[in-house]
Amino acid sequence: MSKINFLKPDKSNLYTFLYLGSFLFFVSVLDVLLNSFFSLNLTGFLPSFLSFLLPLILGFIGLYFIRIELSGIKQLDLLNKHINTNNFNAVLSLLIIFIILKSIPPILSWFFIDASFAGDSKDVCTGTGACWTYIKVWMRRFMYGMYPNGEQWRINLSFIALALLGSVGYFATDRFKKYLTLYYVVIYPFIAFLFIFFFISGGPVFFDFSYGIIAAILSIIIGFFIPSKFKFYYFLIVPFALYVLLKYFIFYEELVELGKLDGLNWVETGAWGGLSLTFIISFFCLIFCFPIGMAFALGRRSGFPLIRYISIGFIEFWRGVPLITVLFMSAVMFPMFLPADFFIDKLVRCIIAISLFEAAYVAEVIRGGLQALPRGQYEAAKSLGMGYWRMHIFVILPQALKLVIPGIANTFLALVKDTPLIFVVGLLEIVGMLNLAKTNPEWLGFAMEGYVFAAIIFWIICYAMSKYSYNLEQKYKTDR
Amino acid sequence: MNFKLKDIGPQLMTVIAVVLVFGFFTYNAQVNMENRGIDFGYGFLSQESSFDVQFSLIEYDGSHSYFRAYLVGLLNTILVSVIGIILATILGVLVGIARLSPNYLINKFAAFYVEFFRNIPLLLQIFFWYFAALRALPLPQDAEAMFGISFLTIKGLFVPAFIWENFNIFFYSIVAAIVAIIVIRTHARKLQETQGKQTPVLLISIGLIFILPLLSFLIGGVRLSFEVPVLKQLATTSFIYEGGVSLPPELIALALSLSLYTATFIAECVRAGIQGVGKGQKEAAASIGLTQNQVLKLVVMPQALRIIIPPTTNQYLNLTKNSSLAAAIAYPDLVLVFAGTALMQTGKAIEIVSITMFTYLSLSISISLFMNWYNNKIAITEK
Repeated sequence: MSKINFLKPDKSNLYTFLYLGSFLFFVSVLDVLLNSFFSLNLTGFLPSFLSFLLPLILGFIGLYFIRIELSGIKQLDLLNKHINTNNFNAVLSLLIIFIILKSIPPILSWFFIDASFAGDSKDVCTGTGACWTYIKVWMRRFMYGMYPNGEQWRINLSFIALALLGSVGYFATDRFKKYLTLYYVVIYPFIAFLFIFFFISGGPVFFDFSYGIIAAILSIIIGFFIPSKFKFYYFLIVPFALYVLLKYFIFYEELVELGKLDGLNWVETGAWGGLSLTFIISFFCLIFCFPIGMAFALGRRSGFPLIRYISIGFIEFWRGVPLITVLFMSAVMFPMFLPADFFIDKLVRCIIAISLFEAAYVAEVIRGGLQALPRGQYEAAKSLGMGYWRMHIFVILPQALKLVIPGIANTFLALVKDTPLIFVVGLLEIVGMLNLAKTNPEWLGFAMEGYVFAAIIFWIICYAMSKYSYNLEQKYKTDR
Repeated sequence: MNFKLKDIGPQLMTVIAVVLVFGFFTYNAQVNMENRGIDFGYGFLSQESSFDVQFSLIEYDGSHSYFRAYLVGLLNTILVSVIGIILATILGVLVGIARLSPNYLINKFAAFYVEFFRNIPLLLQIFFWYFAALRALPLPQDAEAMFGISFLTIKGLFVPAFIWENFNIFFYSIVAAIVAIIVIRTHARKLQETQGKQTPVLLISIGLIFILPLLSFLIGGVRLSFEVPVLKQLATTSFIYEGGVSLPPELIALALSLSLYTATFIAECVRAGIQGVGKGQKEAAASIGLTQNQVLKLVVMPQALRIIIPPTTNQYLNLTKNSSLAAAIAYPDLVLVFAGTALMQTGKAIEIVSITMFTYLSLSISISLFMNWYNNKIAITEK
């Protein structure tokens, strides 16, 4: 055994340093552990200042002793490499270990041990922990807002049906794969719209259902006899013309009765709320903001100066103002811009405002993707004789959108996180409902539980979305 | 000139559509305002506002004009944005660097922070701090003093106020120190470029910035005293601190949540920027004999900043715009004072909302112009 220099740990006395160092380190951790879990203060006999700092000093000396390079012990080398590279890192590591140890017991006891779960009134919440009874009692309000209790199955059923319809893509065989884009971009949103307006809302809000259905069926049947050259224009014009014709000129009284879904009570949008409203608004804004944003991204890159300037103006305007003022505008200013007898529902105004707002951000993201594509792609497409639209639809956009998946996902995440702002126009989604419940005289003083609950829900949604976008990014990643 | 219908057609159609939409809106607005008997105009700005604002940086009460109320709101918005930007930058840079630390614990801790705070809506965080966390603070009479001079209570943070004598001399001394430092820096750089001599600029700068203000105290007649907040009893159970500076809890909650939220995004920008500097650059710098600090200061940071600044600017803009969420917790910012209270009182929806939007637009544009200028300044100048 060679001479030991305690200021310079070296390999020759490896085990002395190892045992001494680990002992000191474990003593320091044990001290904090006992202190935080069992409120035992081992060093209570020392002055309070010293007793407070002692674990840190002991742990620091311990880590200093075991910081021996190339010790030949695999675990020790790993430990040194990861948390113990130098003095500064050692102190930081110790501090983080201590913070974690110190914060576990209070968090655990608040969440579970001292929390009350049972019962359905405020009286059970006497402990120092969280009162999850409050969440339990108010659960329906947080999920469905003021939607009548007896009718909530409509929301559940719609969401389950939409989730099932949305998962079609996973089960589609190769034969149907090519129709998936059409399905997700056009058909699925339309089905969702029908569900929400006629099932959740339970009545004709915008137009009478039956006219639309009959017009659609008629025009599809006639559509089979139209030459494919004109089909695009046909479907652009005829269904709407038929709808107008049916509604205003041909039948009137007879079809009104058909259009009403008896048995479902009409629930006005003011009563919608809670988490389901968050989903509804996010869903429609996602669907609307994407094509609008794409159009303005293309407009900003367009060769026509006037279209370019209009697009720049649009994008920069929406990006320059906060969403809350946009919602203010939709609430107080927008009605002034419409004819006096023309009324647009609050929820619809909200969705339009958020969609336009987010569209500007989507436009900038997509523009980034368009700019990142090499010129060769444009030139190659043009040299094949493709026109503007064919070039963009078949060559440019598929590549550009693939590039900007992370950016678009971030914009969509921002959109979901922005939905609570609709409190400005008086719609209460989950955060708004929390604020309402908080002021209920019977349930005062449980703000913390409510916010923690909502934070957990939002965190799960947003984290899942960001992980999903990461997977998508990996899936569509192509080397160029 | 070869005008083609193919080129003009789409543009003309777009313009006509835009004009039609705007025309439709203005026509309806005119009709609606006529029906309701509202006249359009910005004359109301000089009228007496007759409402009070809880917290204002300039002197204001109900007898001042609406324009003054607008200024109060604007200044409050700028105040909370500036505080938020400073805090978010400090925290964001620290966390961003911590994300790159070889230390596993620090790395994961920073990652946890980022993932946690950026996936929760900002509004929820503001509510959490304001309604849940800050409500757990002690009442003024129970508050323990921090360092004996400031008090963090449920009614806000009370800190001592500085009371200056001959403040202008102190101010000039600092300006003089800064000017002197800039002159010395340029001179030192010139010396190094022409003669290769190195001057200890940092030491001289630190010395100057301390010595000149100190001199102003010793011979300039500058006096500084503190006004410590003192507990005062308003009623039997109602206490408040008097004197000093009081920061309302709304401001604290807002600045805290804005900076905690935005710092996560800034941290990601910083991380991306530092990672974006090629490994070869660091190795090349090390191989010509630069020390670790010099590598960071002279090679990595200048290149990383170029990647970091544009997205960080965006985050600053976002923070400024997000500060409008203040309206949710009744911090008297531009939206609450002007687009809220003033709008309710005057009913001038179009004028007020347009002024508010225009203000935010100009704030955004000025920040982005400044940052563009700075970005151009540090961009690579090709010789």
